[in-house]
Amino acid sequence: MKNAFWVLVVLTFALMAFSTWQGLVVAPTDAQQGDVQRIFYYHVPSAWVAGLCFFVNFLASVWYLIKRTDQADALAAASAEVGVVFCTVVLITGPIWARPVWGIWWTWDARLTTTLVLWLIYLSYLVVRRYAIGSQTQVLGAVLAIFGFVDVPIVYMSIRWFRTQHPSPVFGGGEGSGLDPVMLRAFMWNLLAFTCLGIVIVVMRYRLQRLRQNLESAHARAALKGPAA
Amino acid sequence: MLSTLAVSCTTLLKDLRMEWRSKDAINSMLFFALLVVVIFSFAFNPTAEESRRIAGGLIWVAFLFAAIVALNQTWARELRNQVLDAYRVSPAPANALFVAKAVGNFLFVTVLEVLMAPLFVVFYDLRSVGPLWQLIVVALLGTWALVVNGTFFAALSIRTRSREIMLPLILFPISIPALLAMVDATTSILTGEASPDWWMKLLLVYDVVFTAVGLLLFESVLNAE
Repeated sequence: MKNAFWVLVVLTFALMAFSTWQGLVVAPTDAQQGDVQRIFYYHVPSAWVAGLCFFVNFLASVWYLIKRTDQADALAAASAEVGVVFCTVVLITGPIWARPVWGIWWTWDARLTTTLVLWLIYLSYLVVRRYAIGSQTQVLGAVLAIFGFVDVPIVYMSIRWFRTQHPSPVFGGGEGSGLDPVMLRAFMWNLLAFTCLGIVIVVMRYRLQRLRQNLESAHARAALKGPAA
Repeated sequence: MLSTLAVSCTTLLKDLRMEWRSKDAINSMLFFALLVVVIFSFAFNPTAEESRRIAGGLIWVAFLFAAIVALNQTWARELRNQVLDAYRVSPAPANALFVAKAVGNFLFVTVLEVLMAPLFVVFYDLRSVGPLWQLIVVALLGTWALVVNGTFFAALSIRTRSREIMLPLILFPISIPALLAMVDATTSILTGEASPDWWMKLLLVYDVVFTAVGLLLFESVLNAE
């Protein structure tokens, strides 16, 4: 198991290097947007990983409420933190891309606002985990995670009705959607690389969380035993 | 096993009686909302014609901030003398307590809104172009949306350090779609420029979804240890 993890780490590094080369060198320059379009190869995969992390967080939280195992809680904590990090990357790369293409840093459109609200919700989740007392952390965190996840589609619906500027989905959209095959290949490599990167970080964070849990319970056991005779 | 309804009614009546005698929540909410109204009036010319367009946002921000005051007090009084712990070991169903607290808060915030509405009309020179009954429906749906989540998260935040600060930190992000719906529905009714139907439906969906999630998960929060 441990060896498999290190194989994955090495594989991820190789994939990241290869997909960066694909995105920056192999993929053709966009006809209208120029080189700035290449941020697409980082922006969208990061959003995908963030979404994946939040979904894992939701599943782990439900699992925790049913089974009450420390593993589920560790996975929930790890995936939420990594999700927030990737969501931050999305929120930073977005404006960098938007400024030259739309002429504005930020717009209150459906997907941008939803991402921002998503980020706020999971930030509040991390704050609650931080401030909860003792072993209540796990239940309170799991409950809040479910509230947050249920909220996301409602947020999206509400703001979609409100206003929309973000381009319609590149994949499976209407007329004129779709990508150059070389661009698509570069994108897919990046998607794969980022997914592996996300998994590696979540696994690392999960192990750290498990170590912390074990340390805490060891302390508790030692305290129960009293001073060593 | 006590019936849910009986427990709910008893708890609700107890809370209403306590509030009637002390008037803690309603007084602090009223004063707080009044302060918000006055402070907002410095930010723009409140009697200008365009102020009607921002009135929806203003009214709900004032109510939201004021509601936080009442919501934070919901469970605090149950902590004294370990009432909440006693409740946990009793056979009474957890959801009965949640429903009673939510309905109690709903009544408090509704009273606040009824008392504050004339003040808004006077201070901001509001006249509604759209029908009044729609405003009432939006107010009822919106208040329930705030209160059902607020009551739940107040129960969650009393179990953390720095209790009072935690509630808005959790409640505001989750409430964003409800707030957006309330503000936009109110503005469309006040200006009469758009139909509030879609927003009212969204509020209804939000209310149903989060009432269900709250009822489903409240027992876990009450028994968290």
